[in-house]
Amino acid sequence: MKLTRKQFLLTAAATLAGVTGTKLVTSVQAAPDVSAKPDSPRWAMAIDFQKCRWDEGCNQCVHACKQAHNIPDVPEKAHEVKWIWKQPYQDVFPQQSQWVDPALTSHPLMLLCNHCSNPPCTKVCPTGATWKRADGIVMMDWHRCIGCRYCMAACPYDSRSFDFADPRPDIANINPEFPTRTKGVVEKCNFCEERLARGLCPACVEGCREHAMIFGDLNDPASEIRSALHTRYAMQRSPELGTGPSVFYLL
Amino acid sequence: MIEKALTGNKQYWLWISLLLAFIGTGAAMYLRQLIDGLGVTGMSREVSWGLYIGQFTFFVGVAASAVMVVIPYYLHDTKQFAKVALLGELLAVASIAMCMLFIMVDLGQPQRVLNVLLYPAPHSVMFWDMVSLSGYLLLNAIVAYNTLSAEQRGLPAPHWLKPVIYLSIPWAVSIHTVTAFLYSGLAARPLWLSAVMAPRFLASAFAAGPALLILLIVVLQKTTGYDPGEAAVSKLATIVTYAASISTFLVLVEIFTGVYSGLPHDRETLAYQYSTLHGLWGMTAWMWISSLLMIGALTVFYVPRLRKCRVALLAACVAVFASLWMEKGLALIVGGFEPSPMGTLTAYRPTCTEWAIAAGIWAIGALMLTVFYKITVGIRSAAQ
Repeated sequence: MKLTRKQFLLTAAATLAGVTGTKLVTSVQAAPDVSAKPDSPRWAMAIDFQKCRWDEGCNQCVHACKQAHNIPDVPEKAHEVKWIWKQPYQDVFPQQSQWVDPALTSHPLMLLCNHCSNPPCTKVCPTGATWKRADGIVMMDWHRCIGCRYCMAACPYDSRSFDFADPRPDIANINPEFPTRTKGVVEKCNFCEERLARGLCPACVEGCREHAMIFGDLNDPASEIRSALHTRYAMQRSPELGTGPSVFYLL
Repeated sequence: MIEKALTGNKQYWLWISLLLAFIGTGAAMYLRQLIDGLGVTGMSREVSWGLYIGQFTFFVGVAASAVMVVIPYYLHDTKQFAKVALLGELLAVASIAMCMLFIMVDLGQPQRVLNVLLYPAPHSVMFWDMVSLSGYLLLNAIVAYNTLSAEQRGLPAPHWLKPVIYLSIPWAVSIHTVTAFLYSGLAARPLWLSAVMAPRFLASAFAAGPALLILLIVVLQKTTGYDPGEAAVSKLATIVTYAASISTFLVLVEIFTGVYSGLPHDRETLAYQYSTLHGLWGMTAWMWISSLLMIGALTVFYVPRLRKCRVALLAACVAVFASLWMEKGLALIVGGFEPSPMGTLTAYRPTCTEWAIAAGIWAIGALMLTVFYKITVGIRSAAQ
């Protein structure tokens, strides 16, 4: 049988369309149920910025995180990779900085992924490389991410970094327990899900000597974080956006 | 069919060689980007999209603007567009190809692009953008190819083509609407978070696309003698006039809302576009040049004496195209990231590598268009 070029191209196009169509239909049917199960925890963090001693040169939490997660020290500031970092108070709560006690506003705040209950980043991801788990942790699959950076545009908290180059040469001590990333993918704080799975608290919480970070389950009425949120005034970043951040700042 | 593009005079081959030189340079620079990562561009953690995504957005508009000749010709039987409709559809095909390439070069891991098909995510606007763009490419390719091959055999276009053409009309609107939704659905970016984004995109597209088509017609007249007629040009000019006016109106509406409402982030992001923010002249130069070009072009289009002058009309078309190219192809996308949600500013300037890669993609688009138009002119002049 002789196949003309036109026939070949048409057959190829029809096959591709058929495979794609089938794949689409099956994947829509198999969409996972991401609604939280009643018995699952919702992990959250409260940062007491009166206790935080960054201004005295303490950077234990950042150091612990960098070591645990192979975060590179990128020399170029524009291409920085940050999972947890400090930011001046005025940048974080710009509308709530006037007339506030300067003792508070002069403190930088520790910022990290908010692990939103309604994350704008997971919604926009075209490949499902970032998604929310039932326990509220917003995860990243660095092997599926195509590096389109749509999630970075969608995140209202600047929580996501992109590997503009191969990060491995910039990692001081590689931790063999945790994967390093490749160039061209997005990364961010994972709430230490690898440590939670082993029953440990996040590395930054463990690293904080002042016990300024409280980590726990919001669904557990007896948890430390619940009582902290009950007794202290807590702020969330841009709550009006409806994202439902899981990171709180205790006044 | 392709054989028509394989013969040409010296000028034709010189032009093709020039385009190939740009494509070669772009490919070499892209290889560098592929090896070293996107750090070779001017993009940063805070301005995470730049020239590539801007150009993608702009050319989706150029592609969608084919309906501005398809609707009059196929729905209203506007005879003036008999020799223009196909040119518009072919422009759409070349533009969509450019859009897809601009997305590809923007990806950090382009070899994984098929993940979009392997793990389809209907909750992502980007997924729908892929569906609408590839659908539109397919529709226009089918229409253009079948129209041409029927003409080559001296037959009328097949009957089944009519519904395909009709389908391409709402589809064209959808590609640019979905592209606008990529941005207007993001609560984090006040410059983009606007219901007017989609209509504004359509209006600016329907101005820039037909303006380009007028220029292309003039080039065809000069180089090949193919003449769609003066009536087609003046009808296209009318379309540009209305679309550019609506587009300008929508920009002014956006500025009013942002400034008068007094919302801090909205005001700051507009300040970065049109004046200074924290002493930095962000996109100001681009935006003012763009605005002045648009004012100049609209003056020509509004004053009958001016727009009847050939040189002034062509200059106005160049101005409309350049103005919207700056506004939508760069400033609007970069501006969305400035200031960042935390009020910080990071300057963005495309690097030489980035410009070279972009120029390579424009050259690919131009090469496709050259070949398409060469075939069209070849077939149509043989039929006469």
